[in-house]
Amino acid sequence: MNISKVAGKNNKHRVFVFALSTCVWCNLTKQYLNENHIEYEFVNVDLADEEDKQKIRETIQNKGGMLSYPTTIVDDKVVITGFRKDKLSEALEI
Amino acid sequence: MTTLEEVRKRAEADAKTYGYYLTPQPDLLQGFLEGLKTNEDRYGYPLCPCRLTSGNFEYDRDIICPCDYRDPDVAQYGACYCRLYVNKQVYESKNLPEVPERRPIEKQTRAYESQAAAPAKPTTVGGSQEKTHPASTEVGKVQPTVKKKLWYCKQCGYVVFREDPPYVCPICKAKKELFAEIESSVEYNG
Repeated sequence: MNISKVAGKNNKHRVFVFALSTCVWCNLTKQYLNENHIEYEFVNVDLADEEDKQKIRETIQNKGGMLSYPTTIVDDKVVITGFRKDKLSEALEI
Repeated sequence: MTTLEEVRKRAEADAKTYGYYLTPQPDLLQGFLEGLKTNEDRYGYPLCPCRLTSGNFEYDRDIICPCDYRDPDVAQYGACYCRLYVNKQVYESKNLPEVPERRPIEKQTRAYESQAAAPAKPTTVGGSQEKTHPASTEVGKVQPTVKKKLWYCKQCGYVVFREDPPYVCPICKAKKELFAEIESSVEYNG
């Protein structure tokens, strides 16, 4: 799977973003994380191959998430659907 | 290849036709239009930039922008799922609402199925670029299909040949419940 890692000063939490390359709200989520110097990983699901898409679906659904993008997973347990500054700032303590 | 200006004009014309507005934030609008253009270049039709697509036209039909869910979403929340299309109130307040996904989960999950066709590059015939459904042009790959039916609007008579009836009749605005299936049969004599 083509996972990209973005380095940041704040690596207190493990942050993973499932995004779409065409999605404005996904880009805003990444931008918000960048502005707050959060370290995170992301995958653009629309550019993933079929096998990876199935794994992504299982991962999101197993964590109780919906198949909407962006889906941000913090520390493997908090699932945030959509670009939600309030929920991101709470989960990331920023 | 469609230009960004063409995508913008199409969206503006569609908003005007239905009495909607395009999102009031210029940077967001630019992003939505670019996403639509990217998807049109990739798949041959302007798929919703905020949803995962399968690349199979039959599977993606309901999320070609403006998607099937736009009208009920604007009616209920004041904006479509992406928030590209908004109503007057949202446009003037500039406060974009949260809009949950209305698309049924069984349709969403089709984009993750292994038999879904991979996006193909647009084909060029006779020097001009032809718009084809990439999913239907791939050779040697069995394409999944959906079972389409004939539906008619009991209020105005509008007929549509699709998997499901529309949420709202595009002619008379009747609700989905006012659509009924047309059942046909062929009889042979002699």
